[in-house]
Amino acid sequence: MKVVLRNPVREVDIPGPRPAYLVLADLGLAREAHLVIRNGTLVPSDARLEDDDRVEIRPVISGG
Amino acid sequence: MSATDRPRGGHQPSRCRVCKEPAVIDLPRHNANFCADHFLELCRRQVTKAIERFGMLAPGERVLVAVSGGKDSLALWDLLTDLGVEADGLYVGLGIGDYSDTSGEHARRFARERGLVLTEIDLRDEYGYDVPTAAVATGRVPCSACGLSKRHLFDRAARDGGYPVVATGHNLDDEAAVLYGNTLRWDVEMLARQLPVLPARAGFPRKVKPLVRLTERETAAWCLVRGIDYLVEECPMSVGNKHLGYKEALNRLEAESPGAKAAFYLGFLDRMAPLLADRAAQAVDGLERCLRCGAPTTSEICAFCRLVERTAGHGPVPVELALARGRR
Ligand code: SF4
Ligand SMILES: [Zn+2]
Ligand SMILES: [Zn+2]
Repeated sequence: MKVVLRNPVREVDIPGPRPAYLVLADLGLAREAHLVIRNGTLVPSDARLEDDDRVEIRPVISGG
Repeated sequence: MSATDRPRGGHQPSRCRVCKEPAVIDLPRHNANFCADHFLELCRRQVTKAIERFGMLAPGERVLVAVSGGKDSLALWDLLTDLGVEADGLYVGLGIGDYSDTSGEHARRFARERGLVLTEIDLRDEYGYDVPTAAVATGRVPCSACGLSKRHLFDRAARDGGYPVVATGHNLDDEAAVLYGNTLRWDVEMLARQLPVLPARAGFPRKVKPLVRLTERETAAWCLVRGIDYLVEECPMSVGNKHLGYKEALNRLEAESPGAKAAFYLGFLDRMAPLLADRAAQAVDGLERCLRCGAPTTSEICAFCRLVERTAGHGPVPVELALARGRR
């Protein structure tokens, strides 16, 4: 599946199916600091992400 | 669960704690998952609880919301409006390159689409400087000139516009990170003042932080569920910010024991802050009027007017230069 990461925007390819929390772990990203958006909709960390899903992992930590 | 229970088009095992519909978010600190509606309900409840517990707002009070175009300030504005509070926004143009241009667009679009009142003040147009220039002119980190400018302008706008209260989007992670920093240094004066409400005093409006019971993951999720198009990019000046490190440290702790952040910060408010109340009360006396602008101040000329003076005649400094200086 295509996974879009932010700040800076970039894209990585991860083989599915795979639960969101493992995709986060694969990428070394903390669950508490990110939201997972599948095909435009927010999903919980145990949602299974499929190969044809469009996934965005959005960081939520602000520095200001 | 049988195969037929599963939502079509995807295997989604977790269900809302309240209604058992498919969940959109897992909240380990509540040891539960929630659907969109019940997640929003939870957020409303947390904000209402903060407002009531700390006496943030009196019924019918008009609120001025500090709006940046990011997730917290837009979630705050949306939540207050949703809860029936009359809330207008103020956006300060900080002149931080593309970041400021884009953040302003997000703030304006949000207000326009909801028919809300947004006032704008541009530092460069109205005071002849911007944050990168102020950082270089004063030799201090950008966030220091930025914070000073925003505080001053929000106070003044509240005074001029007859708003008794200014609300900011500080969330649980922000407050826990500041608390962590203050505790590591045992900065008792700062600890004494680290409250979600600062009462009004001579010429200053009350300052409230209604989002202190929501984490940043929750404020961002509020925006996603409500269809709020906030600015995801961060202010370039925040790179290397000490608070980011504190937040990461606390999130590692949170991953080990969910709820640790809330226990740390909310426990401080419940059990430690009352012990420091005397200290908090001391620092308020002895204010004069600034000779230039009339703002309450401890010196003849307020810190904001001194900043305007120091930056006067300084050519605009690009963001990259201010950043490079800050890193040295
Ligand atoms: S990160 Fe610093 S400079 Fe940027 S908006 Fe926040 S306080 Fe201002
Ligand atoms: Zn539900
Ligand atoms: Zn002044």
